[in-house]
Amino acid sequence: MQRLQILSLLLWVCALFYVGIYLFVGGFLLVRLEVNRSSTCEDVLLPGGQQRDFCHAKPRFRRAVLLVIDALRYDFARFDRANAAPRHHENKMPVFEETVSSRPLHGRLYNFRADAPTATMQRIKGLTTGSLPTFIDVGNNFASSAVLEDNLVHQLVRLGKRVVFMGDETWELLYPKTFHRSLPFHALNVRDLDTVDDGILRHLYATVAGDDWDVVIAHFIGVDHCGHSFTVDHPAMAGKLAQMDGVVRSAMEHVQNDTLLVVMGDHGMTDAGDHGGESRKETDAALFLYSPSPLFPGPPSKDEPQVVPQTDLVPTLALQLGVPIPYSSVGQVLLPLFPPHRSQNRTGGLGQSEALWINVKQVNRFLKTYSSMAKDLPENSLSKLQVEFSHISAEYLASVRNGLPPSPELVVFMQSYLTSVRETCQATWARFNLLKMAAGLTVLLFACLLCFMLSELSRVLVNESALLKANVAAALSVGFCVAVGQLFVWGHVEVAWCLAATALVSELMAFWWAYQAKASTATGGNRAKAQKRASWLSLHSFFVPPLVVLLLRDASLFSDSYVIAEGHVVTFLVFSLALYVPIHLNWDGLLLSPNHDLHKPARPSPVALSPVAIWKESCTLLASVGLLAGSLYLSLFFHSCWEEDQASCKPSPFLTPLSRLQDGQLKNVHCILALASLSLWTHLSRRWLRRHRILDSSGGGAAFTARWILPLLSMCLGLNWAVGATPEGSFRNVAELIGMAQVALPRTIFSLLGIGMLLLWLDPLTVFLKTRTAAAPGPPPPHYRATISIGPRTELHHLVPPDRARRSTGDGKSGGGRAEMDGRPAVEEAYGLGTVYSAPLLLFCGLLGVGLLLLHPEGMALSFLLLLLETGAILHTHASSATLGHLHGRTHPGGLYVPWTPVVLWCLSATQFFHATGHLSTFPSIQWDAAFVGFPGGHASGIALPATLVTLNTFSSHILFAAGCPLLLFWPLVRGSSWRAREEEEEGKDFAMETRLRENPQRFGSALLQLSARCLFVHGTQLFASACAAAILRRHIVIWKVFAPKLMFEAAGFLVTSVFLLIGIALVMRVDVAVGGRFKRFIPELSLAQ
Amino acid sequence: MWDQEIRAMASTHAILASTVFVATVAPKVLLRGFSVYGTHLLWMYCMAGAVGVVNVSVFWLLGISPPTKKHTVGYKLSRLVRSCLYLFLSCLFFHTVVVLYGAPLIESAVETFSLAVLLTSLTTLRCLCVLGPNVQAWIRVFSRHGAMSVWDTSLQITTGTTVIGAWLGAFPIPLDWDRPWQVWPVSCSMGSVIGFVSGLVAAPTWIHYHRKQLTYKCK
Repeated sequence: MQRLQILSLLLWVCALFYVGIYLFVGGFLLVRLEVNRSSTCEDVLLPGGQQRDFCHAKPRFRRAVLLVIDALRYDFARFDRANAAPRHHENKMPVFEETVSSRPLHGRLYNFRADAPTATMQRIKGLTTGSLPTFIDVGNNFASSAVLEDNLVHQLVRLGKRVVFMGDETWELLYPKTFHRSLPFHALNVRDLDTVDDGILRHLYATVAGDDWDVVIAHFIGVDHCGHSFTVDHPAMAGKLAQMDGVVRSAMEHVQNDTLLVVMGDHGMTDAGDHGGESRKETDAALFLYSPSPLFPGPPSKDEPQVVPQTDLVPTLALQLGVPIPYSSVGQVLLPLFPPHRSQNRTGGLGQSEALWINVKQVNRFLKTYSSMAKDLPENSLSKLQVEFSHISAEYLASVRNGLPPSPELVVFMQSYLTSVRETCQATWARFNLLKMAAGLTVLLFACLLCFMLSELSRVLVNESALLKANVAAALSVGFCVAVGQLFVWGHVEVAWCLAATALVSELMAFWWAYQAKASTATGGNRAKAQKRASWLSLHSFFVPPLVVLLLRDASLFSDSYVIAEGHVVTFLVFSLALYVPIHLNWDGLLLSPNHDLHKPARPSPVALSPVAIWKESCTLLASVGLLAGSLYLSLFFHSCWEEDQASCKPSPFLTPLSRLQDGQLKNVHCILALASLSLWTHLSRRWLRRHRILDSSGGGAAFTARWILPLLSMCLGLNWAVGATPEGSFRNVAELIGMAQVALPRTIFSLLGIGMLLLWLDPLTVFLKTRTAAAPGPPPPHYRATISIGPRTELHHLVPPDRARRSTGDGKSGGGRAEMDGRPAVEEAYGLGTVYSAPLLLFCGLLGVGLLLLHPEGMALSFLLLLLETGAILHTHASSATLGHLHGRTHPGGLYVPWTPVVLWCLSATQFFHATGHLSTFPSIQWDAAFVGFPGGHASGIALPATLVTLNTFSSHILFAAGCPLLLFWPLVRGSSWRAREEEEEGKDFAMETRLRENPQRFGSALLQLSARCLFVHGTQLFASACAAAILRRHIVIWKVFAPKLMFEAAGFLVTSVFLLIGIALVMRVDVAVGGRFKRFIPELSLAQ
Repeated sequence: MWDQEIRAMASTHAILASTVFVATVAPKVLLRGFSVYGTHLLWMYCMAGAVGVVNVSVFWLLGISPPTKKHTVGYKLSRLVRSCLYLFLSCLFFHTVVVLYGAPLIESAVETFSLAVLLTSLTTLRCLCVLGPNVQAWIRVFSRHGAMSVWDTSLQITTGTTVIGAWLGAFPIPLDWDRPWQVWPVSCSMGSVIGFVSGLVAAPTWIHYHRKQLTYKCK
């Protein structure tokens, strides 16, 4: 078997997928680090170290009313007198135009430009922090959506201002328990236009008229919902806008002289009513500033900006209300609101240059902090900005020292500095990179096709080792050329594009190479085979039921409802596929009685028609399908719930850890169930190993692991649960002991697991060796055979009568090599070769399962047991259908190739158990408790360990199914059921089981490659589909809530799956090496054969 | 002989299809407040009853069912009892399968069972009429070379389309469109009836166009 060749091929395919993920995610997910520092009043932000207490000076405005009208597009607020026939959304809000023209010093309307992503939650964050929120703001609050970054609301509250909030409940999620008074309203669905708005209007005027507030925030949602439900140009929109016009009018009447009124939209919308992207219609909202006292120093001048970025609101409001600018704001104060020079009586607040200087210093401080934390802002622009800042600083301080007002040039210079900071940040944080996304999708698509090709042409490709090297070398050199080219043209290298070029070239070359290989075999091989291969990419081969099920699964990723109901959808599909197996077999006439097949051509061998055997196999198959269906159904009881579904769905009671259960009785029941399933898990794996006599094998790491470590592990785990379940404070005198056990037991499990894996890797052979002195005359024949699962060890001797042993080797292939054995005094008999590959793999999965169970709540032990049963059922179904095919002589008995149906079943089950272990594709549903298993006091340093633990917890089913994937290949051989053993025994054939793989390294290798390629294909298409969904639906209302997290989980799941698939394959290779070594000792000429 | 059989089958199917039509329209005319969505259970039972009665009477009249070997009353009675038993077991079987597919276990058990009854009347009853109470023959019919007459082939096709229709009917349930036909089990039962009707149309057509390739072994 070409071990390295297979591994490198798989590694190469995985690498292509990784490049695709990297490219797509790089273009789609905008990541930004949160700086968790806050500005304080003591920050020396005023010129020359003047220690004036900024916060206690009298601000320009004492109070402010913020009316946020969701999705108030700029052109909704405009009024065009020339427009004689306005459409439903035009000219419905004349209040702004009237105010601006009649009282230019009091009010002004701006185009308030938002930054992508233009989703409400991100915009609210942006409007309060003054920063550019992205989809993932990496901070320390992954579990909840509360804003921890420094922001305007926190600054106001910290200075004792009473902030009253009413309206859309998103604010309450972002700022829990922050407001002085909070009136959140819940819209029933997107068609509900009035609940929230009417709720606000019941309270707004009364609140404003009262005196129990400093800042009122009211968030109206009706316009946005109107857009989503009815599009922009609809009578309902006219009504809604007219209502808002009235709201603004009354608010203007209610506010007093010391109050600033801000009316704004948080984003716009397309004409279809969607938002989320960065087209002008989505980003351009309206901003209206008004105060009964004169707000602006003069009438609007020509050079005044018409477009105001949304980040600019925060510094402006902060300075107008007399609070420090939030730490990570990158906005720029709105200059027209500040008098050109500071007024002498100090009541008008700050002057323009003062405000700008405070702003510049704050932005520069943020930039320094951020660039010390993250490296995503480009170096060269940072250093350029730093030079500009030192220049500004020197000039400003000089002018202050001389007592002169700063020159107008300096003001312009400061403004341009702030603008360029903003632009630098925006280029990094707030833009979908469509080109990168497209490149990522292309790479992913080609990688999927490549997997399909590998699986169809595995026989041919497994031999061509030189081609892979040539391919990779050529692709890398192309990547290098691109890098050099970039260096010449742009002056710097962007790694993403080099990788994209490398991956694409590599993939295209691989297709060409496959085409060549196909052509060469077509001319060389026989006609029928060539024809069969020639059609590997025809549509026909795609439309077999398992692939149709996969297609349905991929299609389901494009709908948010299906993504939310994913657990049920996948279970439905898996069940459909499971039912398809017996129906299909029956359709082919392979199931149950073969009596109607009599008029067919005679069977190739008489064994094939043994009705008892067929009956038995059919019953096994139906029982396995039944077991599969049962465990599928039961697995539905372990699901968790989406936040939206709280009303109709209750999370599984088994998800609560024992220590948090209040009811003692329930606790006992859960505890007993968990312990029972754990012991059943261990018992089942040990039983299998005992049946195949692994536990008897002589010495060796694997046997030791199976005999001692596995039971010890489950004992430790059971103890750990028992300790964890003790109610707090019940055993006061042994509290210290309990605390110690909570640390020691999980760590013992981790180390036992490590030792077990290490032993398994070092000595994976589970072979029972027996040395027997040669008693018979003549040269002692070397003999190897598989174990049979009947009788204890002593009986096993008698199954190998010496004369039979001699005969079997006599017509075996080791004819010429016996002479070399002559010198040996003894015959070595190896038992257990029949399961030599599957036993270590199964043991590995068993160990891994116990380890992963440790990271879950105790109740999940039941779900893990179901997982074990389901894998067993799938394996048996697969094995039985393969045997039935063999019995009827339909498939070649030596056929190792795993068909699509079991592979798709296997891979979809991974997703199914992802849900059945209480996980969902959302960030709040991650089981964070896993990070503290064995570390109840938290982690001292680094996030690597907790992150690993949480990843292992989240993708435990992916891990188990990926690592166990090669079992699909071995099972039909292992479970060559006892009847066949007996029949072949009678025929004098050697009952070979997995040793057949050794005899056929070529076929073994290609079957293994095909199996892994198919597995990667199934997972890869899901990844591709979810990436496509994210790209196509990037304007969808729930993109950041459903599709983007789904993509992240799918990508992470793929990474984990591929890694553990490679580990599983590597373990098989390791066994192969070890067996090879053993064989060399037995039969040297056999090892020469490869 | 060939064409005659196909024609007989086509007319039987036409009768069945019109029964489906009448079972939907007639109660609407006769009963006040009847609607397919609103009183869905009633519609399902109307459909199941009408299709069942028509199926049995047509096949009785045509004499398709395999001839009985004995003509004693006791034998006939036992056949009848066995048929009823099979029908009931088939209802239970469909109910189990539908629940395993993810239907609510307790909440709408009546609805689920009604769907099972409908599916039984559309599929198992036809099996009974064509093949008699003989599970071996049922299993045999659903294999590639198992059909032994035009009726068997049509049975394969209609049963397949009915089941696939019900399966496809489950697809719109999770969507958030809030339509009345998304309520369990409306879409599934409608899917199965639509599948049944399309099977009734498809079977004669398919057989007609493939009559050259179709060769049946004698029973």
